[in-house]
Amino acid sequence: MFGLTKKDLSLLGIVAILTMAAPFILNPFPTESAMAQFNAGYPDLMQKFVIFGIFAIGFNILFGLTGYLSFGHAAFLGVGSYSCVWMFKLLGYNVLPGIALSIVVSGLFALLIGVITLRRSGIYFSILTLAFAQMSFALAYSVLSNPKFNLTNGETGLQVYADDPQWFHSANLPDLPHLFGLSMRATHRMTLGGWEFQFNAGYYMCAIIMLVCFYLAIRIFRSPFGLMLRAVKSNQQRMNYTGLNSRPYTLAAFVISGMYAGLAGGLLSAVDPLAGAERMQWTASGEVVLMTILGGAGTLIGPVLGAGLIKYFENIFSKINESVLHSWFGFLPDGLEDFVITIVYPFVGKGWHLTLGLIFMLVVIFLPGGLIEGGQRIGRLFRGKKASKAGKSATTEPAE
Amino acid sequence: MGILEVKNVNKRFGGLQALGDVNLSVAENSCHAIIGPNGAGKSTLLNCLVGKLIPDTGSVMFDGQSVLGRKPYEINQMGISRVFQTPEIFGDLTVMENMMIACFAQRDGAFKMHAIGSMWKEKDIVEKAEHMLESMNLAEKRDMHTASMSRGDKRRMEIAMCLSQEPRLLLLDEPTAGMARADTNNTIDLLKKIKEERDITIAIIEHDMHVVFSLAERITVLAQGTPLVEDTPEKIKGHPKVREAYLGEAQVA
Repeated sequence: MFGLTKKDLSLLGIVAILTMAAPFILNPFPTESAMAQFNAGYPDLMQKFVIFGIFAIGFNILFGLTGYLSFGHAAFLGVGSYSCVWMFKLLGYNVLPGIALSIVVSGLFALLIGVITLRRSGIYFSILTLAFAQMSFALAYSVLSNPKFNLTNGETGLQVYADDPQWFHSANLPDLPHLFGLSMRATHRMTLGGWEFQFNAGYYMCAIIMLVCFYLAIRIFRSPFGLMLRAVKSNQQRMNYTGLNSRPYTLAAFVISGMYAGLAGGLLSAVDPLAGAERMQWTASGEVVLMTILGGAGTLIGPVLGAGLIKYFENIFSKINESVLHSWFGFLPDGLEDFVITIVYPFVGKGWHLTLGLIFMLVVIFLPGGLIEGGQRIGRLFRGKKASKAGKSATTEPAE
Repeated sequence: MGILEVKNVNKRFGGLQALGDVNLSVAENSCHAIIGPNGAGKSTLLNCLVGKLIPDTGSVMFDGQSVLGRKPYEINQMGISRVFQTPEIFGDLTVMENMMIACFAQRDGAFKMHAIGSMWKEKDIVEKAEHMLESMNLAEKRDMHTASMSRGDKRRMEIAMCLSQEPRLLLLDEPTAGMARADTNNTIDLLKKIKEERDITIAIIEHDMHVVFSLAERITVLAQGTPLVEDTPEKIKGHPKVREAYLGEAQVA
């Protein structure tokens, strides 16, 4: 079905079920319990999961397949965000034109940058993309925001003002981003016992778009084009001497991943109509690299997992402050309590980066294939036990 | 008029004259060996043929067309395939995928955006690749990653990929360098078989005299960047100039 093999289809099915049931899965603790702060099933965070999932899926098409490490992908995310908000300002709050424009503009922008940066490979390519992204950031932050020509609204960030034209806006439409009248903020709350589950329109729209993106990524991975991209990573010399021009292949991969990033940026604006220059900063570019490597570069589902994990840390671990720690360790004798909190404190709250950094180091050292490799090893361990019982040796499946 | 015509090619690296007035004509469907001591300019000449280097002066014509100024992939698409000294294959892909890449390159040219259909549904490519693996005795290694193959198998893989492109000229750069005697003999047999089965021209650069004299129909001896002499293997063996320049030190078997 859908032109996929059974294995890919089941992978797509699992991802579809997980994303559709996310409001339940991410909300395992009752609202009143002490663990409720670990719940991630609220619209804001769930939207981030799938949007950054899209960003990472696209980044992986470039980095995972061709091995070209772009350090400037946040530029496309930012361009997508600005394009979408401009559509809000000019046409009205329907998200479709904004999302469409963000894909087109970021694609063109990626084409321009790709033509220049792909003249080099390896570290030089990375540095070139980084330079372009920082230039874009500088442009967005100050140059393109002057009274005569205000494209980005600088530090404040681009947003919709009351005197914007919004040609297609009418009084019966919500005054916030919407899809043909369905507000992105519309949330259906369902209370079940001690639990409260939230079903948000914006999340479901983003989730469906992510599934489409994921599906397209699978098709690209399995296509002759995907094979050529893996050939680029494996041995460019052989590729050139096999009569293949690697440049257009890498450029196509760069543009496709730029469009994914632009789409993610457009969706960020669609759920929250404010586009700031900080989305283009190098830390944002670095974040998607971390996501992809953490989850498993070159695998299909890894980057989505990586994106989820990082966003979870960013939003959940950062909430744990000193008073929360006191409530956790209150049962300990006073001196010991203070001691434990002193040790734990640097790793939570504002120090969540420290925990993330440690996890990243552990993954890179012990699981170079990312979380996916960890999963595969565990799976093999179980299957190995079963197989040895049956008297057969375990077969190792090729990594996807 | 040969399929490959090299005329008055000069190449200089700084103060070093790597190639000086090289003239070479490779006849169609022949096996032509280029031999010479270390530093004679064999590899430089080969690199000039495949577009990696551009000669300072002179011309290189393949089948009546100049190859100068063309990129390696363009020259390959003209019908020249190159086998490297150390096998250059796609190490982290499987044997079958390696083969399919070569088949796609032959069918679709230097670039084709074919990003949605599954590669396994390209029946003609899959069949051709399988057939090729079959004929090169690589079929049972189909799903193996090529990086973990033996040196001899890698060499066979590389030659198989080149052949699947149906080249008119196959360039081999010391194909048996670093191989054990048994692997060397296998490679010689393989090349002989290829020569018998196909209309293909082979140009081979080689150090190993055993390989050269078992395969070549004509031999060019290169010394200090200039062809000393070109003749049949029998004549080359006894040629005094060649003995002096090259074979003198190492007795010919």
